[in-house]
Amino acid sequence: MSNTPLAEGKLVGKAVRRREDPRLLAGRGRFVDDVALPGMLHAQFVRSTVAHAELASMDVSAVREVPGVVAVFTAEDLELADIVAQLGRPLSEFVPTAMPVLARDKVRYVGEPIAIVVARDAYAAEDGLEAAKVSYATLPPVMSEEAAFADGAPLVHAEAAHNTLVDVSLFATEGIDRIFEAAPCVVEVDTRTGRQNALPLETRGAVAHWDDREEQLVLHTCTQIPHQVRTVASRCLRLDERAVRVVVPDMGGGFGQKCVVGREEIAAAAAALRLRRPVKWIEDRKDALSASFLAREQHYRARAAFDAEGGILALDTDVVCDMGAYSCYPFTAGIEPLMASAEMPGVYKLPAYRVRGRAVTTNKAPTGPYRGVSRPQYVMVMERLFERAARELGLDPVEIRRRNVITDFPYTGVNNITYDPGSYLESLNLCERLVKDEGWYEKQAAAAAEGRHIGIGYSCFSERTGYGSAAFAQRKMKVVPGFDISEVRMDTSGAVTFTTGTMNHGQSHETTMAQIVADELALDIAKVRLHQGDTDRITYGFGTFASRSITIGGSAVRLAAAKLGDKLRAIAASRWGVGPDEVELTEGAARRRNTQDVLPYQEIADIAYLQAHLLPKDIEPGLSVTATFDVFNDGTFSNATHACVVELHAGTGQVEILRYVCVEDCGVAINPQVVEGQCRGGIAQGIAGALFEQVTYDAQGEPSATGFMDYKVPTAHEIPDVLIHHLETPCAFTETGAKGAGEGGTIGAPAAVLNAVNDALRPTGVELDHTPITPETVHRALNGAPSLELSS
Amino acid sequence: MNTDPVATHPDLQLITLDVNGERYDVVTEPRRTLVDVLRHELRLTGTHVGCEHGICGACTVLVDERPVRACLMFAAQAEGARIRTVESLADSDNRLSDLQRAFSEHHALQCGFCTPGFLMLAEGFLGERPEASKEEIREVVAANLCRCTGYQTIVEAIEACATARRGACVTPCIPDSPADKEH
Repeated sequence: MSNTPLAEGKLVGKAVRRREDPRLLAGRGRFVDDVALPGMLHAQFVRSTVAHAELASMDVSAVREVPGVVAVFTAEDLELADIVAQLGRPLSEFVPTAMPVLARDKVRYVGEPIAIVVARDAYAAEDGLEAAKVSYATLPPVMSEEAAFADGAPLVHAEAAHNTLVDVSLFATEGIDRIFEAAPCVVEVDTRTGRQNALPLETRGAVAHWDDREEQLVLHTCTQIPHQVRTVASRCLRLDERAVRVVVPDMGGGFGQKCVVGREEIAAAAAALRLRRPVKWIEDRKDALSASFLAREQHYRARAAFDAEGGILALDTDVVCDMGAYSCYPFTAGIEPLMASAEMPGVYKLPAYRVRGRAVTTNKAPTGPYRGVSRPQYVMVMERLFERAARELGLDPVEIRRRNVITDFPYTGVNNITYDPGSYLESLNLCERLVKDEGWYEKQAAAAAEGRHIGIGYSCFSERTGYGSAAFAQRKMKVVPGFDISEVRMDTSGAVTFTTGTMNHGQSHETTMAQIVADELALDIAKVRLHQGDTDRITYGFGTFASRSITIGGSAVRLAAAKLGDKLRAIAASRWGVGPDEVELTEGAARRRNTQDVLPYQEIADIAYLQAHLLPKDIEPGLSVTATFDVFNDGTFSNATHACVVELHAGTGQVEILRYVCVEDCGVAINPQVVEGQCRGGIAQGIAGALFEQVTYDAQGEPSATGFMDYKVPTAHEIPDVLIHHLETPCAFTETGAKGAGEGGTIGAPAAVLNAVNDALRPTGVELDHTPITPETVHRALNGAPSLELSS
Repeated sequence: MNTDPVATHPDLQLITLDVNGERYDVVTEPRRTLVDVLRHELRLTGTHVGCEHGICGACTVLVDERPVRACLMFAAQAEGARIRTVESLADSDNRLSDLQRAFSEHHALQCGFCTPGFLMLAEGFLGERPEASKEEIREVVAANLCRCTGYQTIVEAIEACATARRGACVTPCIPDSPADKEH
């Protein structure tokens, strides 16, 4: 039944109003900080104030004297197992490192948790922190890639020589050096991208308590991966996994930062176990900015060879990702370099490829996934290479892309990935036409005549979604997050409850997945309700990331709904004494084809549960079915072209975005309004990375941005309205034809913005390669001052 | 024996708050912020905390009908004022207000964490300037942070609500389908 059109297409494809909205608009959502339990205590963490040190001594006795403080625990008190993330790679490619829940003998970044203080309220917990006395034997901090690789550099982890956690060399097409030697055009870029914070507006947090009746630790926490948190919690706390229940309430965004297991939620759980009282931990913004999981700090040295007509011949890349102090669970420090290495060729027909991808460990807060994972960076590098080649060869920047994008599908790339059909060329052509139709090229010329600086930039990219077990196994992950399970259950009233192992945190699953089920069962969507985010209610799942929810989770949901539909038809058929093929589902009932005989679901459910004696022998009582879905190929690729028009202001160096156009193709859009929301929000985050946000440190490793005055999150002033145009190339192997849509906006925006800025700078001869593009950089470029951009 | 908590705990004080038209007596420390008292003492958890330093606006409530960051104000400072939170917007039958409905119709919320702050910001602003232009609305929306939507639909929702309130729309002022929005 794969990919047959959904029943009558009643809801799929429509902008159905969100099921989530009424409670969230009324202030009746339930976020983790809204959870309050009788006798609940509040925790905060004593955190390292230095970037790199041996813990010389720790005296927390005065903390216990602070009014309101109930307890304080250090690593020694709690004896928790470490969090260890593994790859199935040899030591020469990956060095596993342990992340203790609380630092034991060494601290590796400012903000690393050392002790947990538990108090009667959050204010008293903060008071308690001030009474802790920690003395450090400081070590020189490793604060850059260069410092990490330097001869004799201090080691962040003794087991990781050269501070290198991941070092892979891949593909190395035979003869690639000869291609570079013979090519008429070789261009290079040296690009650095700033460290960022995914920055969900709701910070991380947890409420843990021991339930004596269930003999279970219940951990309310805002996570994208509830079952993986359960696994780690059970290992660290040395409990059977069934003795841990992870419950995820409404979640205020995640964007990848909540897709890893944090130390704090485990420590809070340990404290709750010790004290046999509920313990709440809510991260404050300072900790969220400086001591959570960060992302995106990468350095590319890339060169590409082109023929005289602009056809790309070869790509050679060295990418180093600054992963900070620890490997994150479950993805490890390999998440960024492995993504970049595997997928950098992107939408282009590339004949030869060589890449070295490395993860370096430094004395900065650790990194985790962030929306797009490496793709915003390598797409930017690829697009810079094409822009530079276009300039060198005197080609139009859109034309050079047109000559290189993949047009024949399926296409197996030099990176051993097979790309399913997409609209790479169509989206590029349409995007260019939309920009032309709005007259931006004429406006650019007119502005130039007035001495103003308007630039137009494009980016072409794909977004692999629907990573199944096969794709992640290829990365050699030890935790291979591929399949998903859905259970669909009808009750005696004929209403449906269904589950998914994915984890909504703003993506509207309660609506879009219900659309799928309602269509499949021909049932009023109001009678369909999703449950997710409870490890006791959901069989198993890998949560929400990598734009997998609709592709994989949505497919499992549709399969399970179809299975339930089969059972409903079988029961009705048995009542009428006909074959199930004689029965169709329509308007909440089974109907005997070409007759007026109908059996409402409620009556079928009545038979299935309350009058099971009426069932034929081969039909089991009850109306509960389960289905799983996995992807056994390389996954599916959404694609898009973005165009950005900017004006640079010579006086201030400000980059003003005048227009933003997105032509995207995510296959069947289950709910186009939700897809547009994902695009717009993603683009906003991409622009944030291109122009505004950066986590920086001083030489001692002290984070410079610990509040929103310093970490510049763009507002409605900076983020433009976006024109979105949909194309639709359905996926052939997801059950709905949908491809993922969660990350594309973020992936394409930095390249489009950077290319637009460089286009505007064309008269100056300056080309910028790094993000964020600061006003100072632009100001200097426009005013003939030497660039501040670092080169390698 | 004196069991009055305010007498026995000199760091506590009794304050009286008028929230959503109801009177609440709260015994609390003077250092507690308004948002913490609303959320944790009164259990009005619709108001959220995003930064605790007055930038993100997730905690925006109305104090005497003007938008205020409830994380930057002590609860004790709000005595004698009329406070309104997001819980006041829907009517007594739980029917959403026109502003709330406009947010849903325009998909102006995704995760919903910032939403109560934007709603109260808009509620206060439109009360003050019902004739606000789209540019003025964008200016005000720039006061708060949203990480999900890219802001466009928030501006559009507030503008649609303002337009509808002015009775100025001829054809449906809140489109059913989210056509490409070029304004």
